[in-house]
Amino acid sequence: MNAIVSIQDLTKIYEGGFQALKGVSLDIEEGEILALLGPNGAGKTTLISTICGMVTPSSGSISVGGFDIARNYREARRLIGLVPQEITLEPFEKVINTVRFSRGLFGKPADPAHIEKILRQLSLWDKKDARIRQLSGGMKRRVLIAKALSHEPRVLFLDEPTAGVDVELRKDMWQVVRALQEDGVTIILTTHYIEEAEAIANRVGVIDGGRILLVKDKQALMQQMGQKELLIELHDPITAIPVGLEDYALRLEDNHLIYTYDTAAERTGITKLLSALAEAGLVLKDVSTQQSSLEDIFVGLVGENG
Amino acid sequence: MNLRAIKAIYIFEMARFFRTLTQSFISPVLSTSLYFVVFGTAIGSRIEQVEGVSYGAFIVPGLIMLSVMTQATSAASFGIYFPKFIGTIYELLSAPVSYLEIVIGYVGAAATKALFIGTIILLTAFLFVDLRIEHPLVMILFLILTCLCFSLLGFIIGIWAGNFEQLQLIPLLVITPLVFLGGSFYAISMLPPVWQAVTMFNPVVYLISGFRWSFFGVSEVPITLSLGAIAIFTVLCLAVIGWIFKTGYKIKN
Ligand SMILES: Nc1ncnc2c1ncn2[C@@H]1O[C@H](COP(=O)(O)OP(=O)(O)O)[C@@H](O)[C@H]1O
Ligand SMILES: [Mg+2]
Repeated sequence: MNAIVSIQDLTKIYEGGFQALKGVSLDIEEGEILALLGPNGAGKTTLISTICGMVTPSSGSISVGGFDIARNYREARRLIGLVPQEITLEPFEKVINTVRFSRGLFGKPADPAHIEKILRQLSLWDKKDARIRQLSGGMKRRVLIAKALSHEPRVLFLDEPTAGVDVELRKDMWQVVRALQEDGVTIILTTHYIEEAEAIANRVGVIDGGRILLVKDKQALMQQMGQKELLIELHDPITAIPVGLEDYALRLEDNHLIYTYDTAAERTGITKLLSALAEAGLVLKDVSTQQSSLEDIFVGLVGENG
Repeated sequence: MNLRAIKAIYIFEMARFFRTLTQSFISPVLSTSLYFVVFGTAIGSRIEQVEGVSYGAFIVPGLIMLSVMTQATSAASFGIYFPKFIGTIYELLSAPVSYLEIVIGYVGAAATKALFIGTIILLTAFLFVDLRIEHPLVMILFLILTCLCFSLLGFIIGIWAGNFEQLQLIPLLVITPLVFLGGSFYAISMLPPVWQAVTMFNPVVYLISGFRWSFFGVSEVPITLSLGAIAIFTVLCLAVIGWIFKTGYKIKN
């Protein structure tokens, strides 16, 4: 796969001296959906703003579609669509005019059919002649997305697109995102909701304190980093972990014995545990496993580094 | 050159102007009419001719300049300040547009608005006084240059301003006094000698004098000096804007 966005040793020190990016290197592959996952203040918006041209990097280089964002900013930016984190729109203008404006700004000839398609896709067509200030918050966010898509970008950045967004819009948004991916558009979204990254991304990058802690295929990440829990329900209630099972690091919760193991380990220890349970004379009622979520992985990672 | 971007900015800005058309149209017409009634008719009837021109006609160029300068400055400063204020400037910064294109779009729109208002005032003036324009081409040139020049100045103020108060500050504290003291309503020769000398430091004097020359063929400073003054002023504004964009002053982190 080709990297459509390539970031090398990027740092950003804000005017006050605060370093928001501490050497970020990242290749974003063409056609993928990459989720940048990180807590507030991690540097997600700074990273996106630097790629898109609103923030000047302190050092490092970025190219988009092979074009350096400083030297060939026109070519690079033409490929990029950005949906900012904050809702920022001209309140007195009509929906359709702000979307047309964006297309013109990016140097594309007027294309009413394309604008209509986008507005319909985002359920905004009925509102096309409404003034922005008359719209609800969710509608405004749709307008931001429409603006970003107006010039047919190859790379779309969505900065916390679902913060404060209702379920319906979230569903619509994922539909649009998947349709865009089918058209070959690369999508980068930031979020601090793990479920979101889990639900939609192909790859997940974890960012904290201005550093990318890891970037991994979502499945591989969950497999490699993922721990599983084995839940063993007992037939007869017990109040303490029976003698002879101390070595297994078991937890006792609601008449369940819980055994945590690493799916990637060579020996999970399950077989041994089960026979030890039998030896201790425990009768099992039910056994199940559950995958730990990205959240557990994330908390583990950020904890280790912070 | 991203001409489509310039056009998009220009159209978007003009739409803002037309949305507030009554306001942008009625207020200059009304205030000019009031000036004519008060200065031209009431006071003017007691004033003899100034430099061979009736007082009512004499104040026309100054009145147009007064409006054009303040309107150009406020339109341009508001035009660029507003996106900064509400945050929509992100789109300009992330678009494939050069700084020059941004300036052309915003300043072009502001200058158009000012030109529009200047023309309206001129037409209104014809209703009140007997007016002749001896050098119409120079008049148009002066009008356009003044619109452009003060739109550039307004653009700088809009970038610099950190709040709405600062946005009003320079027009209120600098431009309005300079224009009023620049001979809009009187000839410099009417002042005592000391003040005549002081007045020569006011750049607006050169603009109003030159503009008035295009109407009546008489001026207080040579017309070439007037043209030179506006050229210098424009170049200065362009230089400051160039510096702003080179350094990203107050627009980029
Ligand atoms: N303009 C700025 N000036 C100074 N510090 C800033 C500025 N913008 C962001 N920061 C700081 O940089 C850090 C990263 O911010 P940001 O990129 O917005 O994080 P995120 O989007 O991950 O929440 C934060 O600590 C924030 O306070
Ligand atoms: Mg953010």
